[in-house]
Amino acid sequence: MTQRIRHRSDTRMVPVPSHSIVPERDVDQIPVLETRHLGIDFGGLKAVDDFNLTIGRTEIAGLIGPNGAGKTTVFNMLTKVYEPTTGAVLINGQDMKGLNIVQASRLGIARTFQNIRLFDKMTVEENVRIGLHNQIRYDMLTGILRLPRYWKQEKKQHERAMELLDIFHMQDLADEEAGSLPYGAQRRLEIVRALATDPKLLLLDEPAAGMNPRETEELMETIARIRDRFQIAILLIEHDMSLVMGVCEGICVLNFGRIIAKGTADEIQANPAVIEAYLGKRKEADA
Amino acid sequence: MTRAKRRRLIYNLITFGLVIGAFLLLQNMIAAKSISRSLRGQLVPICAWIVMAVSLNLVIGFSGELSLGHAGFMSVGAYTGAVVSGWLMNVCALEDATLRLVISIVAGGLIAGLAGVLIGIPVLRLRGDYLAIVTLAFGEIIRNLVNVLYIGTTDTGLHFAFLNRQMPEGVTMLVDGAKGAVKIKPIATFTAGFVLILVTLIVVLNLVNSRAGRAIQATRDNRIAAESMGVSVTKYKMMAFVTAAVLAGMAGALYGLNSSTVVPTQFTFNQSINVLVFVVLGGLGNVLGSIISATFLTVLPEVLREFADYRMLVYAVVLILVMIFTNNPTIRALADRLFGPVKALFRSRKNVAGGEMQ
Repeated sequence: MTQRIRHRSDTRMVPVPSHSIVPERDVDQIPVLETRHLGIDFGGLKAVDDFNLTIGRTEIAGLIGPNGAGKTTVFNMLTKVYEPTTGAVLINGQDMKGLNIVQASRLGIARTFQNIRLFDKMTVEENVRIGLHNQIRYDMLTGILRLPRYWKQEKKQHERAMELLDIFHMQDLADEEAGSLPYGAQRRLEIVRALATDPKLLLLDEPAAGMNPRETEELMETIARIRDRFQIAILLIEHDMSLVMGVCEGICVLNFGRIIAKGTADEIQANPAVIEAYLGKRKEADA
Repeated sequence: MTRAKRRRLIYNLITFGLVIGAFLLLQNMIAAKSISRSLRGQLVPICAWIVMAVSLNLVIGFSGELSLGHAGFMSVGAYTGAVVSGWLMNVCALEDATLRLVISIVAGGLIAGLAGVLIGIPVLRLRGDYLAIVTLAFGEIIRNLVNVLYIGTTDTGLHFAFLNRQMPEGVTMLVDGAKGAVKIKPIATFTAGFVLILVTLIVVLNLVNSRAGRAIQATRDNRIAAESMGVSVTKYKMMAFVTAAVLAGMAGALYGLNSSTVVPTQFTFNQSINVLVFVVLGGLGNVLGSIISATFLTVLPEVLREFADYRMLVYAVVLILVMIFTNNPTIRALADRLFGPVKALFRSRKNVAGGEMQ
């Protein structure tokens, strides 16, 4: 897969998916994420309304829309930062109603943040180790008394962290303070940290923000590689259309809190409602 | 071994080395009688204040919560220590002073830890300044509570009351209301203080370099991100808070058992602020700094005793100067230039900007 992508970087990067669920998907496959009529009010303002989205287990989906459309709000509802006012979120068929952020993470949702939220004063490796918090465990007393289990689990954490950092070739930076990394590296570290939680669904909030075209292209490859290697679903918010159109198998367009279109990249590009949302209404019916 | 690990190891070695070295040196000076009486009397309090500062640093520096009632936990520990020690002596007839001291200190830690749990459960769920406000109130409540607390022993055991007249006949008072804990046998020793510092250092340094400690620091750096990674913020804030309370209680027991009386006014809001000053001056998250500043600022008022009226003035000026020197960007830049070569030894040599993908 990676090979194929690398040689076709001039055209669409991912071949037409075999099981795209947006708008149609194989019915026999259990979706990893399903939202039903999801909506949230902020004091009477409907930020998101009637949001229905289904994502297959190893699908890469994109969520796009103009500024203020409610994309990040959707992420915040999926990760339980906000409790939705209406509707339901199902992860692997399990309703997330009433869960908190920590429980959502344990169900297998991991995310990155639009405005980077790293643990600035900790090292790169320690940041990844926080992601491994629930994967490689030992209790407080084991840590204080330095019991044999401490050394064993610490070694495991270290090895796993290095393995994960290798995705972005970041092992050399393991000892740097996360806050001192350049912007692009911080974005990549956030992805590594999210992957460390062993998610089933990875939410990326503008992963390419602040990256140059070359970095964006590499990111595209990496996103596809991550999906193949970890066999997870990825939902990403992005304004960089080359990335969205290149890597996403299904795209969902949001405007004023409502879904205005779903489909493959080609379908979305040709959709008049999408064009209107981005460019405004045409005065004449030419073209 | 990675560079970060090596750096940490060097830091820990310096910290432990300094404490052990200072202890051995002072022991020799005591043996040679080359130490002044006033400093001799300060040794145990210094140990107690070091433990206070290091434990408060765990809350403020590592878990990022502002606690203004640390002296309250110390007071709980001091009273518990005094009562347990008196009870062991009067009722259980335990003659071994060392054993009595150890049991009293452990008991002081446990009861203070219990108080920490009770305070922490409601408060650590809140955000922002609430913890500061509630811990401040806690310190004051504890002080007022022990002000009217009467505890005594008879042949049959311990007696508690909030009114003097409720105490039975022939009671030996251990805690006598506003007079505080009275007739304490001062059994605290410098060695005990030293051991307590070592225990504190082992607990705090090992904790912060473990899974739980990293979780504590993650909740400080970014609460939402920590939660999104599956770290239960309340649990780890609680862990840091209660651990600090236990250590403060132990320091309190040591402190209380160093003199013949403990009075409620010894543990006021001012003392909490004092410990806060140790922590801030030593540097948030810097254990070694806490030790040094606690020692220095405990000795300083004694040294300045000759200046009597001007003492607090000089103390304040010293505080302000240290603040300026550690926080002013211009002066820091100057210090970096002066001490740059030394610091470079600890800093990584690789270029940070090399983080681009290959």
